[in-house]
Amino acid sequence: MTATGTTDEAAERLSGGPRPRRTVRRTRGGVPVPLLLPALGGLAFLVLPLVALLLRAPWRDLPEQLTSAAVWEALRLSLISATAATAVALVLGVPLAWVLARVRFPGRGLVRALVTLPLVLPPVVGGVALLLALGRNGVVGRWLDSAFGVTLPFTTTGVVVAEAFVAMPFLVISVEGTLRAADPRYEEAATTLGASRFTAFRRVTLPLIAPGVAAGAVLAWARALGEFGATITFAGNFPGRTQTMPLSVYLALQSDPAAAIALSLVLLAVSIAVLAGLRDRWMAAS
Amino acid sequence: MSTRPTHTPPAVRQTTAEGLDAHLVVARGDFRLDLRLAAAPGEVVALLGPNGAGKTTALRALAGLTPLTAGSLRLDGRALEDPERRIATPPEVRPVGVVFQDYLLFPHLTALDNVAFGPRCHGLSKAEARAEAADWLARMGLEAHTGAKPRRLSGGQAQRVALARALATRPRLLLLDEPLAALDARTRLGIRAQLRRHLADFEAVAVLVTHDPLDAMVLADRLVVVEHGRVVQEGTPAEVSRRPRTDYIASLVGLNLYQGRADGHTVTLDGGTAITTTEDLTGPVFVAFPPSAVTLHRDRPDTSARNVWRAEVTGLESHGDQIRVELTGELPLLADLTTVAVAELGLQPGRTVWATLKAAQTHAYPA
Repeated sequence: MTATGTTDEAAERLSGGPRPRRTVRRTRGGVPVPLLLPALGGLAFLVLPLVALLLRAPWRDLPEQLTSAAVWEALRLSLISATAATAVALVLGVPLAWVLARVRFPGRGLVRALVTLPLVLPPVVGGVALLLALGRNGVVGRWLDSAFGVTLPFTTTGVVVAEAFVAMPFLVISVEGTLRAADPRYEEAATTLGASRFTAFRRVTLPLIAPGVAAGAVLAWARALGEFGATITFAGNFPGRTQTMPLSVYLALQSDPAAAIALSLVLLAVSIAVLAGLRDRWMAAS
Repeated sequence: MSTRPTHTPPAVRQTTAEGLDAHLVVARGDFRLDLRLAAAPGEVVALLGPNGAGKTTALRALAGLTPLTAGSLRLDGRALEDPERRIATPPEVRPVGVVFQDYLLFPHLTALDNVAFGPRCHGLSKAEARAEAADWLARMGLEAHTGAKPRRLSGGQAQRVALARALATRPRLLLLDEPLAALDARTRLGIRAQLRRHLADFEAVAVLVTHDPLDAMVLADRLVVVEHGRVVQEGTPAEVSRRPRTDYIASLVGLNLYQGRADGHTVTLDGGTAITTTEDLTGPVFVAFPPSAVTLHRDRPDTSARNVWRAEVTGLESHGDQIRVELTGELPLLADLTTVAVAELGLQPGRTVWATLKAAQTHAYPA
């Protein structure tokens, strides 16, 4: 409806006067069948699997399933690693977003493309790339191992690294968009009051873009929570250490389908909670 | 104009070590700003000009927000910027305060914390900065609004918070970008009068940018008229409006402006002359009207207009298709007439005429 309204307004502006009511009503009324049927099909396609999940859920055994030690272990690991990955993404991603939004430098477009790449890269490829970079024989990993005795692959830290790699672009894109929409003159006003650029960022810009940062963080957190491909490739699948929820869902599906469904329900509930949390932001944008 | 006692005599405006001495050159695309600007402490200079003349660019250059391409900027004898000598002082260490056009109060901070922001950045503790901010807000008459977020402030209140915020860093150069443009006509009058008092109290250099000649003439000691990035004329408001050098300035600053005391619809000027106005006011006021509002007659007219004065023509100057007539007498006046009217009246310097003015065309507001 909003979209139609905008088109009408644009048309009004173009024609230099209000359009006849009749036309407006027709635009807003019946949806053409060639559009309606695929639209309904698309909706069903998206909703049906979730409905199936709910229909087949072992509701009676659910409390027992969810209280088992294995589930809790996976859930705890997932929550901790996703939160840690989000923290990493915040610490590194917000400054990166600020640089992309506020500093003009040659090759900025290329840098932005590189930052966005993990968004479209198959997560498994990300995992392989991480192994080559940070693995025991990796480009940097070899040095980490020999100098500090630090090994990342197949550890909980490795899970965090894999999740941060995949999730950070979501945060960077979200924060950068918010920064671009924010008025940079507030930073200028702060500098005329004696604030260094960093103080201006910390005391003025950051509070102003806080909603965007929060939304980006939630998005990144959700992405990290569901991360599978990069995690299993880079961190492996050790219960209690690197076996996160998505990994245990996949494994349980082969041995204990009921457990897999129960775990899936938990992840679905988390997703819905995230969506509800971001509701204002997304609904307002549409 | 002659009844404006507030102007600093022109002698003060020599380039001394104290105050502002700037030659602002900013080239951007095919726009080039080339502006010489000097001002003594205590002086209020208005950059007046049409939109796109480069006024805001000049202000940004003074604040250090836009780098100079060439030229130099000295304040109180210290070089703040000089591209040739590779001197560039970043905005945060310049002793410059800015009141931005839409104020740019930080929306997440209260009025108090907005004002305390500057002192905090200058090394004061949180408590000290807040105490100082409270002091500034009190001076602006905003004690009751210290805890308010900017969106809860009226336009006039926000303007005063912005002024307090800029002054709280104790700048040696205060910049005001269209300080009254964001206000509606009603609040504007009162705020203009307040701003005038605060600027009069300010001991360092103040530069304000405006496209409103009335704001410029009321607030500033000196006008610098800028067109296409260059100074086309400068002088006291009286000088500029009496001797406009271009048609543009003539139409821009062509204003009869007086100061006096209002009592109801009558404003008595310092010289004793009374002007009848439509506004009902009491106390010190300004009265302004455009030269086109003045009608001249050969004999004393038999008219309902209360504002009738005897005047002597002292000068005639043509501006476009209009002739601006300069008159003295009870009331020094500027009148714009068509060439036909001037011919019919046989106007020439030394001739005595009667000037009338309709109350409806005057504009009175508190000083």
